[in-house]
Amino acid sequence: MTTPDSPTPRPAPLVEVANLKTYFPVNEGVLSRTVGHVHAVDDISFHIGHSEVVGLVGESGSGKTTVGRSLVRLNRATAGSIRFEGQELTGLSDREFQPYRRKMQIIFQDPFASLDPRKRVDAIIGEALSIHRLGRRSERRGRIAELLRLVGLPEDAMARFPHEFSGGQRQRIGIARALAVEPRFVIADEPVSALDVSVQAQIVNLIQDLQSELGLSLLFIAHDLGVIEHLCDRTIVMYLGRIMEVAPTKRLYSAPRHPYTRALLSAAPSLDRNAAHEKQVLEGEVPSPINPPSGCVFRTRCPYAIKDCAEIVPPAIAVEPDHVSACIRTELFQ
Amino acid sequence: MTLYVDKREALEKRFLVPDTEMPAGKPRSLMRDAMRRLRANKAAVGAIIVLSLIIILAVLGPYFIPYDYETPDWGAFRAPPDFASGHYFGTDQNGRDLLARVLYGTRVSLTVAIIATSVSVTVGVLYGSVAGFVGGRTDQAMMRFVDVMYALPYLLFVILLMVMFGRNVFLLFAAIGLLEWLTMARIVRGQTLSLKEREFVEAARASGVSTLPIILRHIVPNLVGPVVIYATLTIPEIVITESFLSYLGFGVQEPLTSLGTLISEGASVIQVMPWLLFFPGAVLVSLLLSFAFIGDGLRDAFDPKDR
Repeated sequence: MTTPDSPTPRPAPLVEVANLKTYFPVNEGVLSRTVGHVHAVDDISFHIGHSEVVGLVGESGSGKTTVGRSLVRLNRATAGSIRFEGQELTGLSDREFQPYRRKMQIIFQDPFASLDPRKRVDAIIGEALSIHRLGRRSERRGRIAELLRLVGLPEDAMARFPHEFSGGQRQRIGIARALAVEPRFVIADEPVSALDVSVQAQIVNLIQDLQSELGLSLLFIAHDLGVIEHLCDRTIVMYLGRIMEVAPTKRLYSAPRHPYTRALLSAAPSLDRNAAHEKQVLEGEVPSPINPPSGCVFRTRCPYAIKDCAEIVPPAIAVEPDHVSACIRTELFQ
Repeated sequence: MTLYVDKREALEKRFLVPDTEMPAGKPRSLMRDAMRRLRANKAAVGAIIVLSLIIILAVLGPYFIPYDYETPDWGAFRAPPDFASGHYFGTDQNGRDLLARVLYGTRVSLTVAIIATSVSVTVGVLYGSVAGFVGGRTDQAMMRFVDVMYALPYLLFVILLMVMFGRNVFLLFAAIGLLEWLTMARIVRGQTLSLKEREFVEAARASGVSTLPIILRHIVPNLVGPVVIYATLTIPEIVITESFLSYLGFGVQEPLTSLGTLISEGASVIQVMPWLLFFPGAVLVSLLLSFAFIGDGLRDAFDPKDR
């Protein structure tokens, strides 16, 4: 699904994010004075094409979830631009944003927390339908049944309560809820990391099938590199609120250019015993996002850091067409 | 209405692995589960039976006994309990039948408690959930107001309310409910703070549900457990408050009566007419105990993890 390089101009991407920043104030004392900010997402830019599956990886605290939440306005972006179908979203009032809540949906990480325990399944899935006034009341039942069938659940699940289902089934309900309003773009925020390994594959395959059959654009957030490799056309690697590298998934896995990506990939367990495996272990802790390092945020743990890394905030350098790496030492790993 | 109209054939296709294993039996709501656990709790079931008996007797009893609560029986002043004359609980100094007065008093006490508790639950839940959910400055301002109300002396308020509402007992106790809501608001706010971070609230926001519907549809129903438990504990508290106020002469006035009034009258003549204290006291104690056991049972039923 990746657009190959061609002379014809590319169609405008569905989602275009430019210089997005999402900071959270840190308050202290009785008067709640703001003493600093958590730089959860710090100046990132990317785009997602029509029907494209983009992976977003990074370790805990890298801000990947905040990116997803900022896109659907569960967190307000501090600065930057988010364009959807060419329309700038950041300046919109909540009322003006409402139609976009139909076009973008999110699948949550924890299926045990994301379903209201006091609502029946039909009420959970149907809520968005009534909010956006989709269909007549009498038609909604049929539609909910259709959604359940779509995610592989029997129709009589409708009258049941979330706690009667297994984790995988609950996540299916979460997926049905996200699809209820026919979104063009779905954010999957670590949708399988709370599930049993045996169920993970089922859910990943379900998401993949739905994506390709319905032509959805998908931002798949995960820390599981295997899932990303299986699913995504392109992959974004984040570290401490910034993008380190963006490349088509195959390229990223076979020829990573950023030292952080290399470290991340080498840390992933592999079943292939013969694979030449130079293990590269990162030293130290992830620095605090309240007070990130100057220059390149990864320099404190980077084995290739030089003096300039503390001074220059690395720009996104196109090392190949469609392959961007935020490292000033472009000569590495050629 | 059809889904993804332009993607019909995709939807006809059966998707990979359906997961159709369903639990047997009827759907079980959390409330049904809680009620099932409550039924298994012997102390709570016993307390519910005692409480229902008291309520039924208080409501229907007066129609079945030959005396009413205010007409003196000129032939029996200060009579001890006596089955022959029909004064099963005896009579008071004015020859009024104590059984009739106890039944009537129980009715008044319970009505007052229920009015005050519903007022306190309604106000407390709305106030607390709005403060907790909206958060920030609004929350700060709202909760500081609660703190100020807490700091004001209770009795002073009651006296002020007496002046404002005059003799109307039920309005007075609605007003007492308006004071009782403070603790409820704090409990509800705390619960709301933890509920609003849950992902199902975020999911509702992502679907475009606005603040007030989220509070009413997702926050309030999930507060049922703590609210019901606290409400059952508020009822006896208000029964006691009522007794106390009546004792001071602020509450229910003659010839109307309540359990508190009866007890205070009985307490002054305990040496000569002990039955005047014993019977209303026994009813009050059984009421309070049943509410305590029911509250306990509900807490275990709604939150089995706490045990």
